[in-house]
Formats: sequence, structure tokens, C-alpha cells
Amino acid sequence: MAEAVAVKARTLTYVAAINEAVRIVLQEQPNSFVAGEDVGGAGGVYGYYQGLQKEFGEDRVFDTPISEEGIIGVGVGAGATGCRPVIDLMFMDFMGECMDEIANQLAKMRYMFGGRATLPVTILTMAGAGASLAAQHSQSLEAWLCHLPGVKIAMACDPYDAKGLIISAARDDNPVFVVLNKMSLAMKGEVPEGAYTIPLGKANIVRPGTNYTIVTWGRMVHEAKAAAEKLKAFGIDAEVIDPRTLQPFDTQTVVQSVKKTHRCMIVHEAVRFGGFGGEIASQIQELAFDYLDAPVARVGAPFSPVPFSPALEKHYVPNADSIVAGVKGQLGL
Amino acid sequence: MAVTLTDSVLKDIHRRMVRIRRFEETAGKMMENGKIPGALHLYVGEEAVASGVMVHLSNEDQITSTHRGHGHLIAKGGAFDRMFAELYGKSTGYCKGKGGSMHISNLEVGMLGANGIVGGGPPIAMGAAFSNKFRKTKNVACCFFGDGASNEGSFHEAANMAGLYKLPVVFVCENNGYGEYTPQRNHQAIVDVADRAAGYGMPGVVVDGMDAVAVYEAAGEAIARARAGEGPTLLECKTYRYFDHVGVRGMGLTYRTDEELAEWKKRDPIELFEARLQEQKIMSAADIKAVHDQTMAEIDKAIQFAESSPFPDPSAVLEDVYA
Repeated sequence: MAEAVAVKARTLTYVAAINEAVRIVLQEQPNSFVAGEDVGGAGGVYGYYQGLQKEFGEDRVFDTPISEEGIIGVGVGAGATGCRPVIDLMFMDFMGECMDEIANQLAKMRYMFGGRATLPVTILTMAGAGASLAAQHSQSLEAWLCHLPGVKIAMACDPYDAKGLIISAARDDNPVFVVLNKMSLAMKGEVPEGAYTIPLGKANIVRPGTNYTIVTWGRMVHEAKAAAEKLKAFGIDAEVIDPRTLQPFDTQTVVQSVKKTHRCMIVHEAVRFGGFGGEIASQIQELAFDYLDAPVARVGAPFSPVPFSPALEKHYVPNADSIVAGVKGQLGL
Repeated sequence: MAVTLTDSVLKDIHRRMVRIRRFEETAGKMMENGKIPGALHLYVGEEAVASGVMVHLSNEDQITSTHRGHGHLIAKGGAFDRMFAELYGKSTGYCKGKGGSMHISNLEVGMLGANGIVGGGPPIAMGAAFSNKFRKTKNVACCFFGDGASNEGSFHEAANMAGLYKLPVVFVCENNGYGEYTPQRNHQAIVDVADRAAGYGMPGVVVDGMDAVAVYEAAGEAIARARAGEGPTLLECKTYRYFDHVGVRGMGLTYRTDEELAEWKKRDPIELFEARLQEQKIMSAADIKAVHDQTMAEIDKAIQFAESSPFPDPSAVLEDVYA
């Protein structure tokens, strides 16, 4: 597919970047549509889809009942029969309502059918704690998806990535989840006009460094960058790597960095225990054991549901300070 | 275009039923002899439903199926050789040996797969019906599911959305009286699953699922309604499976009586239909025997094909995960 060359960049919010990406998808793919709860008349609970129903019509941007299994079913059934659905799964926490449709149908249909089905389905969903939305509207459940061969998972850390990853996901012939973060909605950033893509499976070195590697994604990218500034005081020049997609995962970029820096931490907003950080740590020790000067460290949320009270929640979600504390603990500083 | 019940349509329905019966009997034997790996859920006894519905459909019309899916694929035009090869786990099977009985499919004839998850089909059929409407085709999706699946939330969500959007889908409930080993009276408080249609704003129809003509007529009406853009129908076919939930003899569980089975067999869908064909002088006994013989000959060839086909190379395990 010919790439439209993006030239002019403006400052857009994360929400506006999402909106622009979905508009481009609807323009360039006649068999695409947006289905989800409150996406039509209301334009999405956080406004991602504002104006799109008016522009593209009720056939292409429409409200569904609150029926997550049915909504993903629209994606599977329509995706397998010639459409390119964009499905909004409002909160990632709601995967519990539709996990059969995701895990047993969407992820597996192509394989079960010997490669004879194609499911070009994009699913936009929102993760993240920090808004006092409590245990059922704040989770980061990307690890659930990483355990499912057949789906791809992208994590959008800023407006630029949100737009590029959504367009890439929609052009991909596989089921792709683009996980957005509700605490980033008002975040502003440079976003080029027009269509551009971000390769799925290629990590982004968001801050080059020489003697420490932090692998992180989603909103934690910004906390890690802030932590990297603070770590300079300890003689640490941290390289921050955002894999951008967890499946496919760019092991090579991470391992190359660790071979250079010899020390590594994985940071995610998800619960640390059983999180995707464990998989990355394992891969690093398999592929770069002899290069490591310290055990691979992990920072994540504690092993509890997300608490409601701001007083609890602010201690629950990792941040620059807890990352710095983790590094100091790891290195005995 | 509506299909009318001509002699050739009657013969067509008969042929589909015989093909299912003979295939399933043979497959069951082979599973019990250890030739076919895994678990087979066999369709014997329910042939009138698949055949009476499928005769109305083209390859562009889709179906979703159940764990008991061979009959649906056969009636939709699946080829015996590719099917047996799949049941054997051979690379020449419809799914290259990666799906097996519970995921057997052929998208070229619009068969969107058997499904190992009870209630797996309805959301997919609803999605396919949405696609038909979105792409402005006149195609219809038919969703086969059981009385057991009618208790799954997936059915409720799919039926509600189908009713809401007036989608071209027919929900064909094959009520065989049991959800796995549990009788209907122990799994739902209603007798007719079709009663639930009212809750979705669609008509609910009950037919004798042992009578292929009754199924044919009711399905014809529902499919025509869907094609005309008038929305979905819930068509309940009362039927019975002769074999166990899994395999032929199954696990020997005592959950139904021999008398009950014998009672249903008195109204065997194929025997009933063959009696009608002879009575109406549409087919002679010799004509009927010829259909059975031809089917068996085709099965023999298909088994040879399956047995002489290669297993997939171990490297194939990582193929087809992603496009």
C-alpha cells in the first residue's frame, strides 16, 4: 500500500489524534466501520469519535447495545466475510464480558481453519489507573492478550503513537488491539497531518542512554523518562525503550540495548506478578545472561485490585519516584 | 430467490440427508476403532434440519455451526475427501489438520466453522449477517445452535443485536432435548426455545425437526424474510441425536433410556422421507438404494484419500497463526 507522506505536524491532544486516525481509516477503507457502545450519537465516552457519525453516516459509525461479546462478534463475523471492522471496547476491564469471543474465536479462527480465514479487525480499548475509577475501570490487562497467539497488541503512549498505531492496526490483516490510556487523553504532542504508519513489532528508543535500560510502554513511558532524568544524579544514563507492540515483541532491540548497558528494568502499570515484564526478563536472561551485571528488575503495580481512594491509588500506580527507588534497590545505591 | 419444493428439490434434500447419515456412521466407527483421533460429536438423527435449511442457501450465504458440525458442512456442500482428511489430521484436510472435527470449516461454501464452544456461533453469525447488510448483498447467515447453547449469554447478545438491526440471519435451534448429558427440563424452565424470540423482536417458529419437508418450509419462509430485509427469525427444530453426546456408544452414561431412543427412531427422518418419496412415486426403492450405494462408494474413496494423504510437517505448527 502506498504511504501518504505526512509533512506538516501540529500539536494535537491524544483524543484528537485518535479521532484523526479513525477518520483516516474510514476514508481509506470503504469496508471499514466503527461499532461500539456510545460511539455514534455521543461520539464515544471520551470523545474519540466526535463528528464521525455525522461525517460517515449511521451505517459506518454506530452505537451497539451494551453487549461486549456481541460487539466482538460483529468484528469476527464481519471481519471473516469481507469487512474491516474497527471495534471500540470502551474499557479493557470489559474483556471479561467477551473473552470467549476474543480468545477462542477472534484469536484462533485463522489457525483453526488452516489459514483460510482472515480477520482484519482493529479493537480500540482503554486501560489505566489514576482517575479513581476503582477496580473494574482502571486495569491494565495487556498480559491477558499476550498469552493469545493470533492477536497483536499495540500500546499507545502519546498522540503521535496513538494515530500511527491505529492506522497501522487498521491496515494489518490480523486482529490488532490498540490499548489507549485514559490518563493520557488530554496529553498534547506533535502529530503530522495525513496518514502515517508505525511498524508493528519495532521498538522505539524514546531516550538513548549508555549504561542502563528501561523497557516500558503506555503511560509509563513518560514516568520512565522522568525517572531517567532523576537517575542522572546517580551516574545513570538510562536508555528508555518503548516496544510499542507487545505482540509482536521486538526482542532484538531490547537485547541489543542490554548488551550495551548491562543493567535492565521493566516497568509496567499492570500488576507486577504474572505481568508481561516477567516474559521480557526471561527472554533477556536467555539471550544476554553473560552481559548482565545485575538481576533484571521489574516495577509494576502491587498484587491487589486497583483501589478507589486517591490516597491509595497514588501509591498503587508506578511513577518516576518508584522507578528510581526500584533502580536504587536493584543496584544497592 | 425462493426455492420451491419440486421433485428435484426433494431428491436433493434426500441426498443431503443420506450423505450425512452415511458419513457420520462411518466416522463414528472409525473413531471407535481408533483410526480417527480426538472426539467426534455425530449428527445422526438430526439430518432433516441441516438438509431442510441448507437446500435454500448458496455458497455466498454463510452458516455457523456447533461442535456437532459435520452434518452442517456436508449439507452446505463440503467434500467427503477433504472432510475425512481433516478428521484424520492430514495436511489435505479443509483446515490442514489444524482444526479437526470441532473446527471443520470451508469458507468457500460459506461454512464459518464448527465450534468447540457451546454458544460460539451466534455472535459470529450475527456479525456475518451484519456484513451481508453492510456490504449490501442479499445473502443470509444461518446460525445452528442447540437447546444447550440457548442458555449462553452469547446467544442473548447476538439475538438482541440481530433483532435490533434487523439483520439477515436465521437462528436455527436444533433442540435435541439434551445439553450434553443434561435433559432440557433440567437446564431451562421453558419447553419451546422459540418462545425466547419475542424477547428479541423476532418471530419464533417451532417445527418437527424429524420432518425434512416441515423444516424446508419453515426455513424457506425465514430465509426469504431475512433476504427481503425483514429481519431475523428463531426457528426451533425438535429433533434427537441417536448417538451419544460424543462418539457412538459414548461413555455409557445413564442419562436417557433405550425406550426413549427407540421411540424417536420410529420417526427416523430419512425413513420417513424415503417413504414419502416412494409414496409420491418420486423415487423408487432402487433409486433410493442407488443414492446410498453411491454415497458409500464416495466414502470409500474419501477414506482412501485421507489415509494416503500426508500428515502435516511439524514445521506447520507455527504457520497460519498470523496473516
